[in-house]
Amino acid sequence: MQVLYGRHHVRVFRFGLRVVRDEQIAEDLISEVFLDVWRQAGKFEGRSAVSTWLLAITRFKALSALRRRKDVELDDEAVNAIEDSSDDPEVAVQKKDTGDALRKCLTALSPEHREIVDLVYYHEKSVEEVAEIVGIPENTVKTRLFYARKKLAELLKAAGVERGWP
Amino acid sequence: MMATSKKVLEQEPQEPSEIEMLLPWHAAGTLNARDALRVDEALARDPELAKQYAVIQEEYAETIHLNESLGAPSTRAMQKLFAAIDSEPARRTSGSPGMSISARIASFFASLSPRTLAWSASLGALALLLQAGVIGAVLMKGQPASFQTASLSTNEPITRGLGPEAPPRALVRFAPDARVADITALLDNYHASIVDGAKGGLFRLQFGNKAMSKDQIAGLMSKLQNEKIVRLAVATP
Repeated sequence: MQVLYGRHHVRVFRFGLRVVRDEQIAEDLISEVFLDVWRQAGKFEGRSAVSTWLLAITRFKALSALRRRKDVELDDEAVNAIEDSSDDPEVAVQKKDTGDALRKCLTALSPEHREIVDLVYYHEKSVEEVAEIVGIPENTVKTRLFYARKKLAELLKAAGVERGWP
Repeated sequence: MMATSKKVLEQEPQEPSEIEMLLPWHAAGTLNARDALRVDEALARDPELAKQYAVIQEEYAETIHLNESLGAPSTRAMQKLFAAIDSEPARRTSGSPGMSISARIASFFASLSPRTLAWSASLGALALLLQAGVIGAVLMKGQPASFQTASLSTNEPITRGLGPEAPPRALVRFAPDARVADITALLDNYHASIVDGAKGGLFRLQFGNKAMSKDQIAGLMSKLQNEKIVRLAVATP
C-alpha cells in the first residue's frame, strides 16, 4: 500500500484539487480514495491501468464532495465566479506573460472541460482511458476536449490573447 | 487534406475532423501507432492543422505547468489513511486483530489477484510436468519389449517387462505445421506414447500395451499415414 500510495498520491491529490478547489478537501480525498482501494483491492481485475482506476475513484469522490458542499454549484457561471487571489487573464496579459494567461484561462474552464484537459494533457490518458474514468463514450471524449479547447481560445481572446486558432 | 481541413475550420466550425480531434492525444504521445501515423501524415500535408497543433503543444505545456504548480499533499493525508486502515474491522483482513500494518500490506497485495496467482501456480506446475515428460521422451533411447518412464535419473532407465510379445512401434514424422494440441490428440486417439525422438524429425511411438498381428500393424500404419498431421509412418521392431 505504501508503494502504491507513494507512486500515485500526488497525482490523485492534484486531480482531486482541480475538481474540488480546496486543499483540505483534496487531502481528505486522498485517504478516502486509497482506503477504498484497500477495501476493494480484490475487485481490481487489471483490465485498466492502476492510475486509471485511481483517477476514476478520485473523480467520483471529488464530485460527491462537491455535492456535499451546499455553496458550490457545478455550472460554468458559478465556477467562473470563484474568486482567485492571483491576477486575472487580462492583468496577466498586461504583464506580457501569455503562458500565465493561458494557465489562468485553464483554471477558468468549467469542471467538465477542466477535467478532460487535465486527464489528456497532464495525466496522459488515452481516449479509451478518459472514457472509462469519466464514464462517457469515446467519441464524446474527443468532441468534449475539442470544445474545451475552443472555450479556452474564447477566454484567451477575451483576455486579449490571439493565437491564430480557431 | 488541406482543403478538407479548411472547409472544417471555415465553413463548418462545429464539425471538427477526426484527425483534428486527435491532435491533443498526439501532443501527449498517447495515440496508438496507427493513429499517430495518420496524424503525422496529415500534419505534413496541412499547414492549418500544423498551426493548430502548435497551439495545442502550448496548451499541453501550460497544463503540465499548472498542475505541477499545485504542489503535493501534506503527510496528514497518509497518516489519516493508515489510521483508517488500522481501524478497519478485522474481517476485512485475513489476519488476526493484532496484525501489524506490514502484515496487512502483505495481505493486501496477496489479495490483489488470488485467482491469477492460483492459476499461475497451477499452470506453472503443469508446464513443468509436461516439459519433464517431453525431455524424458526425447532423451530416452529405445528399449525393446519394455516400458520406460519419462524420467532419466540414472544410466539405466527404470523399466518393467511387458511380456514376451511387445506392443507395436513406429517411426513417425509429423507435418511441420502440426500443433502440439493436434499431436497430443493423435497420441490419445491411438493410445500411443512417444518413446524416442526427435532424430531427424522422426519420433518413435509405441501403441497401446498389447502385441498386434502383422495385419493389424499394417492397418494401423495405413490409418496413421492418412492422418492430416502425419507425413510418414513406418512400423519398427
